[in-house]
Amino acid sequence: MEPVLEVRGLVNRFGSQVVHDGLDMQVQADDVFGIVGGSGSGKSVLLRTILGLQRPSAGTVRLYGKDITQLSEAQLRPIKAGYGVAFQEGALYSGLTVLENVQLPMIEHLELPPDALDGLARLKIRLVGLPAEAAAKYPAQLSGGMVKRAAVARALALDPQLLFLDEPTSGLDPVSAAAFDDLVLYLQQHLKLTIVMITHDLDSIFRTCNRVGVIVDRRMESDTLERIVNYPHPWIQAYFHGERARARLGAEHGA
Amino acid sequence: MAATVPRAQAFEVRRTAEGLELELTGEWRVREVAAIETALAAIDLRTVPRVRIAAEGITELDLSGAWALRGFIARARSAGAEVTFRGAPPDQLRLIEQTLVDEPARALRLEAVAPGEPGERLLIAIGRYVVRSAHELVHGLAFLGRSLTTLAADLAHPRRLRPISIVRHVYDTGITAMPIVALIAFLISVIIAYMSAQQLRGLGADIYVVDLVAIGVLRELGVLLTSVIVAGRSGSAFAAELGSMKLNEEVDALIATAADPFELLVVPRLLGLVIALPLLTVIADLVGLSGGALLCRLLLDMPLTQYVNRVEYAISPTTFWVGIIKAPVFALLIAFAGCYRGMQVRGSARELGHLVTVAVVQAIFLVILADALFAVLFMRMEI
Repeated sequence: MEPVLEVRGLVNRFGSQVVHDGLDMQVQADDVFGIVGGSGSGKSVLLRTILGLQRPSAGTVRLYGKDITQLSEAQLRPIKAGYGVAFQEGALYSGLTVLENVQLPMIEHLELPPDALDGLARLKIRLVGLPAEAAAKYPAQLSGGMVKRAAVARALALDPQLLFLDEPTSGLDPVSAAAFDDLVLYLQQHLKLTIVMITHDLDSIFRTCNRVGVIVDRRMESDTLERIVNYPHPWIQAYFHGERARARLGAEHGA
Repeated sequence: MAATVPRAQAFEVRRTAEGLELELTGEWRVREVAAIETALAAIDLRTVPRVRIAAEGITELDLSGAWALRGFIARARSAGAEVTFRGAPPDQLRLIEQTLVDEPARALRLEAVAPGEPGERLLIAIGRYVVRSAHELVHGLAFLGRSLTTLAADLAHPRRLRPISIVRHVYDTGITAMPIVALIAFLISVIIAYMSAQQLRGLGADIYVVDLVAIGVLRELGVLLTSVIVAGRSGSAFAAELGSMKLNEEVDALIATAADPFELLVVPRLLGLVIALPLLTVIADLVGLSGGALLCRLLLDMPLTQYVNRVEYAISPTTFWVGIIKAPVFALLIAFAGCYRGMQVRGSARELGHLVTVAVVQAIFLVILADALFAVLFMRMEI
């Protein structure tokens, strides 16, 4: 089957600093793919490249078989409508209510009558587990967890099949983070989404991801979760078997 | 976009003896939803006892598609028809029902808030406006008071003044504004000289052009126009800078470390502008007088020495000071409006834009109001 997302030989260079050097990555439909890497390893640059926010120095990025690095802004438009992105800090439009935030992509891309616009946006807000009252609130009035959920609601506005999440559980308490993981799984199962998420949260990875890509030495090692934890690379070992991870892995194997 | 792509029909309708058979086919995706909704709305549901929907033929159904189907089902039910599915209803419908399980209660609550009579609403609006304005006034005065007491306390303990910060603001608001202030002062003196020369030449009173330029620029226009430019440049800069610091929680971070934002942010801006604006005014006066000299030379063939002599004769010892004394007051007003509005920003980028606009408008308004008061005061003092 054709992969949903395929990155080949990606090179990203800023002046003399090389962030990615021949990075490969493949995401199949229905995957929950976790991107892991040390601070400064270029996770965000990778995401920005995949989203078409910046052009790579070399390499290809194929979304549904189309190489987005070769497309113009106009040609990218329908492809961008096909995926949703929830940014790390939410990036909600601060001057709009949650409802208007969710409606904005719909207004931009669809020609829906007002009542359908309203109903669909409220549906998405409820779907991500926000109370109905949250629709009328402004982003500044929301808690951190609610902002993340609202960002997902906006990302789901156009019923995408592919969802990008940038550090969805960062800044959340463990209980909220676990609830957010459940949300990710719930959405993945019920909407048959393919999810690509950048994360540091080991709990999140073990709970939600079936495949993991680790950015090490400017490339990506990716495999199923079960296999990648045993890769010999020192950073991968330190990440999955370090002080903070040991307790988690023990619990996992014991179960 | 959806309209340009030729699309397979999303459903077929058959009318049978029992009622309506709806055979769903093809893709029910978000891009087609607008068209599907229109097509569904066109189905005549009058005198239809039952509707049977066959959904197995759908190749793709997303939430938006299911939403359109749900809307149709609700319409059929409210028209009195019994709606059944041939085979299993799509999962997505169940997901929507599950998500919106407590929705009707919310809709009812919303309707409970009914708007009053038009007259009543106007009264309410006026009342709200008055209360809000009163709050504004109190808050504004509190801000001004806090700024001035902090300033006084800092002046009493000069070590608490922030010389580097003050110098930066003198540079940003003063030095970098010199070119535009000089240019505007020059152009204004050209305008006064040109206009008055045209009028006075007919009366043979050419020499009074010099009086008009000198007194006009020194007493009023030099300081007023400089203040208006600075209000536009620096009033907005103060509001935007402090406003985005508020949005970034930088101000909160200061307070949390027990640093006084008034001492660190407001007072240096006040002092910086109080230093810069009089200096800018001196430059505007100089350039204005020079512009007048040039114009008198070109328009009236007046030699420079005669111009200088006439300026000395026209102005009294106080003329220059009457102008320059206003500059620090205007500077305080501009800095106050900018800082106050900036510190009011909470929450959103839109608010930032709104308050920056308010800051500039109010700064200019306050400057002109103060200038009018000064004019009355000086007349009473017979200066």
